[in-house]
Amino acid sequence: MSLLSVRDLRVEFATPDGVVKAVGGVSFELNAGETLALVGESGSGKSVSNLAYMGLLPMGKTTISGSVLLQTDEGQVELIGMSNDDLRKIRGKEIAMIFQDPMSALHPYYSIGDQLIEAHQAHNEVAKSVSRARAVELLSLVGVANAEDRLSAYPHQFSGGMRQRVMIAMALMNNPKVLIADEPTTALDVTIQAQILKLLRDLQKQFQMAVILITHDLGVVAGAADRVNVMYGGRLVESAEVNELYENPMMPYTVGLLESIPRMDEAHGKRLRTIPGQPPSLIKLGDGCAFAARCDRKSELPTGKCDTSPELKAVSAGHLVRCHLFESKGKS
Amino acid sequence: MNGLLAYISRRLGVTILILLAVSFTVFVIFALLPFDPATLTCGKNCNDPGIIEANRHRLGYDKSFLEQYWVFIVGLFAGRDFGEGAAFIHCAAPSFGYSVQSHACVTDLMFEALPVTLSLAIGSLILWLIVGVGLGIIAAKFRGKIWDTLSTAFVLVGTSLPTFLTGLMLIVFLVIKLDWSPFPAGGYTPPEEDIVAWFLSMFLPWVTLAFAYAAIYTRFVRSQILEISTEDFIRTARAKGLSDGVILGKHTMRAALAPIVTMAGLDFAGLLGGAILTEAVFNLPGMGRLSLGAVVDIDLPVIVGTTILAAAIVVVMNMILDIVYAFIDPRVRV
Repeated sequence: MSLLSVRDLRVEFATPDGVVKAVGGVSFELNAGETLALVGESGSGKSVSNLAYMGLLPMGKTTISGSVLLQTDEGQVELIGMSNDDLRKIRGKEIAMIFQDPMSALHPYYSIGDQLIEAHQAHNEVAKSVSRARAVELLSLVGVANAEDRLSAYPHQFSGGMRQRVMIAMALMNNPKVLIADEPTTALDVTIQAQILKLLRDLQKQFQMAVILITHDLGVVAGAADRVNVMYGGRLVESAEVNELYENPMMPYTVGLLESIPRMDEAHGKRLRTIPGQPPSLIKLGDGCAFAARCDRKSELPTGKCDTSPELKAVSAGHLVRCHLFESKGKS
Repeated sequence: MNGLLAYISRRLGVTILILLAVSFTVFVIFALLPFDPATLTCGKNCNDPGIIEANRHRLGYDKSFLEQYWVFIVGLFAGRDFGEGAAFIHCAAPSFGYSVQSHACVTDLMFEALPVTLSLAIGSLILWLIVGVGLGIIAAKFRGKIWDTLSTAFVLVGTSLPTFLTGLMLIVFLVIKLDWSPFPAGGYTPPEEDIVAWFLSMFLPWVTLAFAYAAIYTRFVRSQILEISTEDFIRTARAKGLSDGVILGKHTMRAALAPIVTMAGLDFAGLLGGAILTEAVFNLPGMGRLSLGAVVDIDLPVIVGTTILAAAIVVVMNMILDIVYAFIDPRVRV
């Protein structure tokens, strides 16, 4: 049984301009110890889908439906529709998160010791000294030197990379089963990026966590993920094991994404390809294929075909594609 | 901690310089006024050049401008003597000069008025902070619900009613129309004389002033909380699994503290210069009444004194706020 099972997750925001269908029916499984990459451009729903079942979206104008089952020590629990108080006990304990900008994600007025200890105290009825020891242990583990002394330091006294290490330490305070890393390296220098990704991989093995890596950078994905889910317009458009996806991308959007990254083994002077057009408006999302307007292989299909939405179908074992081009090959 | 001490002494030095600049500016402004200060001391319909010239010499108006300023500054620290013989008057340090119209040292006049204004400002500050911050938190927590709407109505009424109207309405409905009203219609009783009478004499002025300020603070605190709630570090706090109470009480309010303290400090300092309307409505002999009277009578030494004092209070409060800020925000301490 998978650790986290997301079924037909839908997230809608009511805005003055209309209903924004941020996530339109996403399903995926996450197994223990696995790294699943969620890839897509801004507004593809990759962050929102995870924030939704964590209960971290602004309440009131958000509608969430579907099912998200989490395997806990006390059995399987449904996260959608769970009371805020019950969900609070899952957050930071079973599922932890790290975010894009480690400067703004840490409270500027509290010492990092305060913030680490607080994360532990929220889920454990133990003496402060126990939480403090745990904080020192984890800070050393993520590579903060003189962890004991650094507890009293404030976030602004750390560099960007160090702050992200502190965030990671904070996320791991309660030994979570799932770590959601929402663009964890986007705000960092390239050299620091590699360090943080390596740290995440090492800690994942050590803590035997499953990781959901949210990113728009397929270069980050290649070395880090086991499976890749590509999202477009609030839905999954392709899902495959990482090597399969890089060797055999199918959906024209995935192909476009891969061709837009510079490669070491490619000839010099060749221009990188871009995907023409804009991401679709999530308010005016019709019945047709969301990518049709930007698709360079649309002419291969009969006229009117793209006015209907393709289904997500398996084209080979473990390789799912949502595209009319591959429907004949696929089995539903 | 050494860094903080250095910070405070640096701030103190700057404050002294600013105070000197402020006092000099005030002096220049009043020197440029088209009045002869000596003539003014003699009152209306006074044409006796003998008295005018005697006063000019006695008050030092016959000296050059810079000399007058120097004597004024020295007087602040050492006190000042006016006249000789029977007309001799000594104004002890800190001397702000002598008011011929009131036959009193300006400092004595201000020290009489200051406790009244201090009573008014402190009492209403406490009241409006409790009401304003409380309502602001409630409005933010129940955003869009009935409590939010009610607080918006309160804000609207509070910000649109001028204090002289609120004050007069309170006097009419709670003092004049009520036979058993415990409140006097005006006047001031010092607390050392009768603490209960002091409280009763100050209560309606407190409510009047606090009503206007609480409305502003409700709106301010509400918007601060809502703004901070969208910050990344609040999302982190929620992702950690902290309870709503801890997130609001600890993480959100700590971030809202600095702007609220700053605003309260400056408003408080502004009030110490005198709440002219409220003091006038309730007949409180405070700083506002003193400056108003001085302006009406063109009593220059008192106008200069109250202006410099009000400015000094604001400048000193700014310094205090900067120091408090260093305690609130660790980033400022470096």
